[in-house]
Amino acid sequence: MTTTPERTRTPQGSAPVSLGLPRRLIEFDLDGDQVRVPEGATLLDACRDAGKDIPTLCYGDTLTPKNACRVCVVEVEGARTLAPACSRKAEPGMKVRTDTDRARHSRKLVLELLASSTDLSTTPHVAGWIREYGAEPDRFGPDAATVAGREAKVDNDLYVRDYAKCIMCYKCVDACGDQWQNTFAIAVAGRGFDNTIAVEHDGPLPDSACVYCGNCIEVCPTGALSFKSEYDMRAEGTWDEDAQTETTTVCAYCGVGCNLTLHVQDNEIVKVSSPHDNPITRGNLCIKGRFGYQHVQTRE
Amino acid sequence: MDLKYTDAKPTDDERAAVDALLGPAPSGWEGGTRDDLDLRWAKGGHEARDRRDQLLPALHAVNDRIGWISEGALDYICRRLTIPPAEAYGVATFYAMFSLKPRPAKVLHVCTDIACAAKGSAALCAGLEDRLGPAGTPKDGVVWQESPCLGLCERAPAALAIQAGDEVATAVIAPATAEAAVAAATAPETAPPEATELEAVPQAQAGDPTLSLLSRIGTVDPTDLDDYRAAGGYTALRNAFAIGPAAVIREVTDSGLMGRGGAAFPTGRKWQATAGQPDAPHYLVCNADESEPGTFKDRVLMEGDPFSVIEAMTIAGYAIGAHQGYLYLRGEYPRALVRLGNAIDQARARGLLGDNVLGQGYAFDIEIRRGAGAYICGEETAIFNSIEGQRGEPRSKPPFPVEKGLFGKPTVVNNVETLANVLPILTRGAEAYRTGATKLFCVSGALGKPGVYEVPFNESTTLRDLIDLAGGATGSLRAVLLGGAAGGFVRADELDIPLTIEGARAAGATLGSGVVLAVDDTVELPRILLRIAEFFRDESCGQCVPCRVGTVRQEEALHRIADKTGADAAADIALMREVGQVMRDASICGLGQTAWNAVETAIDRLGAYE
Ligand SMILES: Cc1cc2nc3c(=O)[nH]c(=O)nc-3n(C[C@H](O)[C@H](O)[C@H](O)COP(=O)(O)O)c2cc1C
Ligand code: SF4
Ligand code: SF4
Ligand code: SF4
Ligand code: FES
Ligand code: FES
Repeated sequence: MTTTPERTRTPQGSAPVSLGLPRRLIEFDLDGDQVRVPEGATLLDACRDAGKDIPTLCYGDTLTPKNACRVCVVEVEGARTLAPACSRKAEPGMKVRTDTDRARHSRKLVLELLASSTDLSTTPHVAGWIREYGAEPDRFGPDAATVAGREAKVDNDLYVRDYAKCIMCYKCVDACGDQWQNTFAIAVAGRGFDNTIAVEHDGPLPDSACVYCGNCIEVCPTGALSFKSEYDMRAEGTWDEDAQTETTTVCAYCGVGCNLTLHVQDNEIVKVSSPHDNPITRGNLCIKGRFGYQHVQTRE
Repeated sequence: MDLKYTDAKPTDDERAAVDALLGPAPSGWEGGTRDDLDLRWAKGGHEARDRRDQLLPALHAVNDRIGWISEGALDYICRRLTIPPAEAYGVATFYAMFSLKPRPAKVLHVCTDIACAAKGSAALCAGLEDRLGPAGTPKDGVVWQESPCLGLCERAPAALAIQAGDEVATAVIAPATAEAAVAAATAPETAPPEATELEAVPQAQAGDPTLSLLSRIGTVDPTDLDDYRAAGGYTALRNAFAIGPAAVIREVTDSGLMGRGGAAFPTGRKWQATAGQPDAPHYLVCNADESEPGTFKDRVLMEGDPFSVIEAMTIAGYAIGAHQGYLYLRGEYPRALVRLGNAIDQARARGLLGDNVLGQGYAFDIEIRRGAGAYICGEETAIFNSIEGQRGEPRSKPPFPVEKGLFGKPTVVNNVETLANVLPILTRGAEAYRTGATKLFCVSGALGKPGVYEVPFNESTTLRDLIDLAGGATGSLRAVLLGGAAGGFVRADELDIPLTIEGARAAGATLGSGVVLAVDDTVELPRILLRIAEFFRDESCGQCVPCRVGTVRQEEALHRIADKTGADAAADIALMREVGQVMRDASICGLGQTAWNAVETAIDRLGAYE
């Protein structure tokens, strides 16, 4: 480990840290190259700095890693098991291999296990990874247990919970709970393969503590949580991301000044997201910013 | 924190059950009598929130009194403890012993696990179906259900009857007939008393003078502190006070004691690492969750020699600088609960626990926390979440418990048997202990005298010695499951394995939690493997993909090949190997990492499906 002024000795491509103070750098071996990252950086940070593409599903840029999906595992020399890159911090002198047969086997199997037990049709990137890793979800047979048959929960006008598509990444729970929203409307219920995300007694959302901030939708990596508008358009076959434009503006409902990204298709706002790099709000909004467009559009 | 509660109301009985635990509700804000609509939103102070760890005891209180947990009862608990209803629901649905749907007050848990299967649990279940109807369907105020190992394997087949009410009544029926099980389930108060703990220790029955950890079982009254002291009890604690905490840790380190909970980690090193942490307070957790199929040694120690567990915990607490210890007891161990509760009360009354232990100015107390039917809660970080009132899911490591454990503080987790060894270390000294160290084995299955056996923990003891000691195989021995469901099988011609950590490792096996389960040819191997796979699928916490889905895929494949051999089974075996590899390599915790061990060894060592 070396202590150096960050700017002068950072390897190419690594995120510059704007503090002028000397920061401890961690030096370790990544796929045979010596790399340096600021103390506290994860193996995923280091991989991304080095331009390596590691798949992730449960990792969220605004959340504490839960490392539940295990699709990002890499091999750390000397360790009995593989390590999740998204949460394992770089340590001086460690030797990390991202592309060993063992790591690739685990990623492939995780993709197969997930794709055979969940509807991943709206999960971005996953089809590409399945091809890349040669995953064959069908090999568990036609009777393989799956949650893909679960009925979508359509119990309010604003958003839909389609747990047939849920991979149990815990991100919505963390966003609704103490990491962002502090509403605690949803939690993981049940155990093992039968677990699910639920409000108390697995009831409807309108009976729960939900305040419809949509911050869970913002972090959901699979489309299990989606705007009612998106859900309906997908059902009608009219959802067309290529035909959509995204415009980021400032929310006008109050003085906080949150950033809204309006997704517009055919002159209609079809969903609202919020940039994760906003240093204050980090992608989080309230009901007015997230769903207020419905009033604008459907004023009667 | 603003929380929104539900409109459901508790019944008077439910409210009384919770109030008996938490005290009467101080105001309408905590679920008292006021109930206008705005009270659906309540502000809870820090004090209420700090009681989150009372969630599991509160769920038990309701379940014990009523038999199940209604929406009104759950909401009342949430208000009393300032817990979001969704989270409380998530916790309550995690545990197998709780029901959130109405069910009869009388529940009969019938073990269908490996040792009981070897002793006729299938016939027992058939008899119960005749009398009580199918499992899970109430009849005549009783419902029966299949259970994983109840930790009563020496008396297989086993059943446990629990009757909710103002006073919970329980009855252990083992060995069980369908008739006796139905009678006990219908009226547990009048069931015949269960066998004494002495009957679980054949060596003690024979008066074996070499016993150390088991020496008091059957000879010292487990309910009487004076009897315990007359037999040398509390000498070890006095010795500990005489030499001081640092020297206690040195003795334990020099003794070479390794954890007996399964991972065989050096105990002295764990204590040292915790004692040296600047963060305070430190905690001690005694892991008495004992749910590994085939394991029952901790139960026998706790039932037969409860004061020794309390004394050993006090010494451990003193060594690591803890003032509070938690004993996390498996929910299905009613007799151990009574014995330990009594031992703690007596120790407290006599100044052996409390503000000033033995007048030495050291404060230490112990609280028992009951598990509620979740094998995973024996994992060393899941146990923290369970005690804290969260779902019993393992945490990711690092940070390790010695640094951030219970309530985020430095914590030692030790198995019951590990702690029991601390007493001879401190009475005899590390050197003498080292040369005479012993290990407990839980011997069950197709053997003449199943029970807990204490044998020298060195190369002089082989698996064959132990099996001979236990009366030899009753039928034609096919294999031995060593180390539990998370361990593996060895063949009947491999009995010369020395029963040491190194000996087992050299043979590609593990001692795990000390399970030695003999399998003869009366139960088909594929059935046993299916039961093991079902166990892991049932007990997976569901947090990580390799284990949550992998255990399901493993069980499915075993179903497909249950009646197949050779080439017909080859494709599914290859598939299981691949699934097994990802479970072993990429699961978060030991449950997923070991879920394929037993099946793998059955295929590779025993030639199952050949
Ligand atoms: C799924 C799982 C269940 C476990 N159950 C128990 C248990 O019931 N009792 C126990 O002492 N250790 C259990 N362990 C091992 C503990 O994690 C831990 O290693 C042990 O309690 C440490 O105590 P020791 O060092 O005294 O052995 C379990 C581990 C796993 C992965
Ligand atoms: S919309 Fe907001 S309050 Fe409702 S569940 Fe999602 S994160 Fe929680
Ligand atoms: S609903 Fe979405 S965010 Fe929530 S656990 Fe499922 S996949 Fe993750
Ligand atoms: S390995 Fe299994 S039990 Fe352990 S954390 Fe993962 S899902 Fe839970
Ligand atoms: S992305 Fe790392 S474990 Fe899910
Ligand atoms: S009590 Fe039935 S297998 Fe242990």
